Amino acid sequence: MTDRPSFQQELEGLEHVVRQLEREDIDLDRALTLFEEGVGRLKRARKLLAESETKVKNVIAQAGDAYLEEDLDV
Amino acid sequence: MDRLDLFSSTSAAPTDEAWTVVQVTTRGKRLIEAGFDRLWVQGEVTGFKSYRSGHWYFALRDRHAQVRCVMWRTDTQTVSAPPEEGAQVFVEAQPTLWEERGEFRLTVRQLIATEAGGLWQQRLEQAKAALQRDGLLDPQRKRRLPPYPTRIAIVTSPDGAALRDIVSVARRRWPGILMYLVPARVQGETAETELVRALRTVSRLPVDLVIVGRGGGSREDLWAFNSEAVARAVAAVPVPTISAVGHETDISLTDLVADVRAATPTAAAEAALPDRDECVAQLAGLARGLAIGLMTRLDVAVQRLERTGDRMHAAVTGKIAVDGARLDTLATALDAMSPLKVLGRGYAMARDRAGTVLKRVDQFAPHRAFRLTVSDGDVNARVERPDR
Repeated sequence: MTDRPSFQQELEGLEHVVRQLEREDIDLDRALTLFEEGVGRLKRARKLLAESETKVKNVIAQAGDAYLEEDLDV
Repeated sequence: MDRLDLFSSTSAAPTDEAWTVVQVTTRGKRLIEAGFDRLWVQGEVTGFKSYRSGHWYFALRDRHAQVRCVMWRTDTQTVSAPPEEGAQVFVEAQPTLWEERGEFRLTVRQLIATEAGGLWQQRLEQAKAALQRDGLLDPQRKRRLPPYPTRIAIVTSPDGAALRDIVSVARRRWPGILMYLVPARVQGETAETELVRALRTVSRLPVDLVIVGRGGGSREDLWAFNSEAVARAVAAVPVPTISAVGHETDISLTDLVADVRAATPTAAAEAALPDRDECVAQLAGLARGLAIGLMTRLDVAVQRLERTGDRMHAAVTGKIAVDGARLDTLATALDAMSPLKVLGRGYAMARDRAGTVLKRVDQFAPHRAFRLTVSDGDVNARVERPDR
């Protein structure tokens, strides 16, 4: 839906990193690279979680496939 | 049938010309059947009895009167369920006279209940059967909900409690969410059309899932969610659907078609949205996993170096080399993850001018200059004599 990675993508990436890091056969360089990637994902995932504005939009269908949306206070 | 003359003077005949009972009833029967076409009667069922023969006997009543009814087996078979005692029903019936008892009664051909368990139930069963035929109730159709949605659609009334309940759950559990309300009346004559239209609109929206529903109400209020058209519209939504209609005990047609059925709008929101606190805890676990993973790799590296008899630590005050620039970045990042603070506790990294990490003794040519990065900065160093 959005260009930047979603929480789900960051979380899955992070899980993948941790799994790789737990493997016996990676060297230190690779471990550091993975670790850095993991830290980056961790930071971004936490940032996404920190978003706290719940937005509600009212959708008004238009002719064809078009629709309008307007902010709604609930 | 010949018309009877109601005003003939036969009743004035002498006693020896008295009618037999059967003559009266036969005549009465003819009179009644000739006087009534088949008609629809509305009333309340009372004294219902179903016999083993398959025939039903009951009476219909209203505030002023009551009339006996019989429904033969061939006709009862077309009714999905016997009417409940007290049910309001419509019957299509032929008034007649039951001669054995001289009783006026209705021979019922069709029976349609007008409330719970009756007409609606029947329509519901028909719609359900149609959906079943088209495979829309197949459990295999059920899609899984996305675990971390970013945008969801809600099809409900803009004025109802359902919207407020869902938004309040979202604020508590998953506040970053963007919600699209696609408004539709959820009861009344236009509800069916509006719900179908709203569900079609959902397919244009960039959403991960949709909740369709309303808060509790009477069975009549919830009825639009038993509409076959609405159920089909739910089935046609391209993203996973949650149906949340009314109370715990009411199951609607949309509940059966949707990917997930929730008892209430609040429960729907809880099913749709993850809990942020749990996610935070999950991330903390993964952060620990990262730290432990790296520490383990470091330990392995240390042990390997020690095993190979590397004496680098003589030159670098007994520390194992680790990339310091990286360590800096990591150390900052790791402040949040206290187990990792140990990393800065004495590891260092040797690199040549090009920045290549020096990991093996043979990379340390005699007198070669290199940089040694420790926790608080860099040290320029030179190899005295590789010792292996």
